[in-house]
Amino acid sequence: MEIKLKLNGRAVTGYIDPGMLLIDFLREKGCHSVKRGCETANCGLCTVLMDGKPILSCSMLAARAAGHSVQTLEGLQEEAADFVGFIADQGADQCGFCNPGFVMNTIALLREIPDPTDDEIRAYLAGNLCRCSGYDGQLRGIRAYLDSRKK
Amino acid sequence: MVNIHNYVRAESLEQAYQLNQNRRSRILGGMLWLKLGSGTIHTAIDLQDLGLDAIEETQDGFSIGAMVTLRQLEQHPGLNEYTQGAMARSVKDIVGVQFRNLATVGGSIWGRFGFSDVLTQFLAMDTQVELYQGGRVPLEEFARRKPDRDLLLRLHVKKIPGRFHYGAMRIQRTDFPVLTCALACLDGEYRAVLGARPGRAMVLRDPEGLLTGGIDQDSARAYAAWAAERVPTGSNLRGSALYRTHLAKVLIGRGLAELGGITHGN
Repeated sequence: MEIKLKLNGRAVTGYIDPGMLLIDFLREKGCHSVKRGCETANCGLCTVLMDGKPILSCSMLAARAAGHSVQTLEGLQEEAADFVGFIADQGADQCGFCNPGFVMNTIALLREIPDPTDDEIRAYLAGNLCRCSGYDGQLRGIRAYLDSRKK
Repeated sequence: MVNIHNYVRAESLEQAYQLNQNRRSRILGGMLWLKLGSGTIHTAIDLQDLGLDAIEETQDGFSIGAMVTLRQLEQHPGLNEYTQGAMARSVKDIVGVQFRNLATVGGSIWGRFGFSDVLTQFLAMDTQVELYQGGRVPLEEFARRKPDRDLLLRLHVKKIPGRFHYGAMRIQRTDFPVLTCALACLDGEYRAVLGARPGRAMVLRDPEGLLTGGIDQDSARAYAAWAAERVPTGSNLRGSALYRTHLAKVLIGRGLAELGGITHGN
């Protein structure tokens, strides 16, 4: 079947199997930041924004995204660049596999709650799992970014 | 993974209903549970264009479309004002924001899942489900029924003046609950709803009038003990029946203490 949607601001058309998942469609379109972690809708690695809201692309049919706007990390480089350095400075990433999902959901967090408390950060990012760290590095990095904005 | 042969974005409720009469068709909610299953779906029916994605509030209550997401429930000011935040508390630990942006209230309620925080909280309110063919049915009755081929359109919650409390025990945040417990006092009538027993949520009232005189430490303790004895519990990998019965007593006791505005000794 044919689907049309907006991907990172560009109109794209795809010819897909009706059961194709959005994650596979996006990777076929070259968005390799979108990755599979758990495949059970728990780890947040496959997070993309649909109509501006963070969703799990591993649990969504590509066909359901037709007519909508999807953004991946490839299309949000500038927005991500603002804060990823602060997270890296804390040594938060070790293997780095969870990073794209974390960054995508942090973008969603900061758009929705521009000045979050630590508890709001924890709650918003609870659906992003990292098996290397204890999440403290990520939290410190986001906090350092928020503090830097206030200076 | 399920194998989906056809995808149809329904253009009318009638079309969705007719397509769903085939036993190999499935209505898509958030698809989170569905995706974890296996087997073949001949036609996956998407209701996203049918205007079922809004929460409408009137003076008397709320009408909640089946395609409303758990995140919408969590963030709706009116629902949370009415329930004193219990609505948001009931869903906030369900995986993460991205999951709750997909999971629908229709999928949660239609599935009548044993582990459902959503079913637990809606049973604590005066809720009816609106079915395409079956009309309006009290949620308590609907929750006992087996799934059929009808369509769930909306939930209707009556704004009966009340107080609410929601609590659940999880081994870890974002995991399935070991036990869910919603408490309510609706116009003077108390109810305790226990879910993840691990069976589906059930409602207990106060036939012995243990709370008739109001909530104090003694009546809260007495009701918690009475209710915990009457809630059937079972064992699974998250906890034993005995543990769940103990948790029921603790969660009801603490919840009542909060509902009644009294401090409790932990």
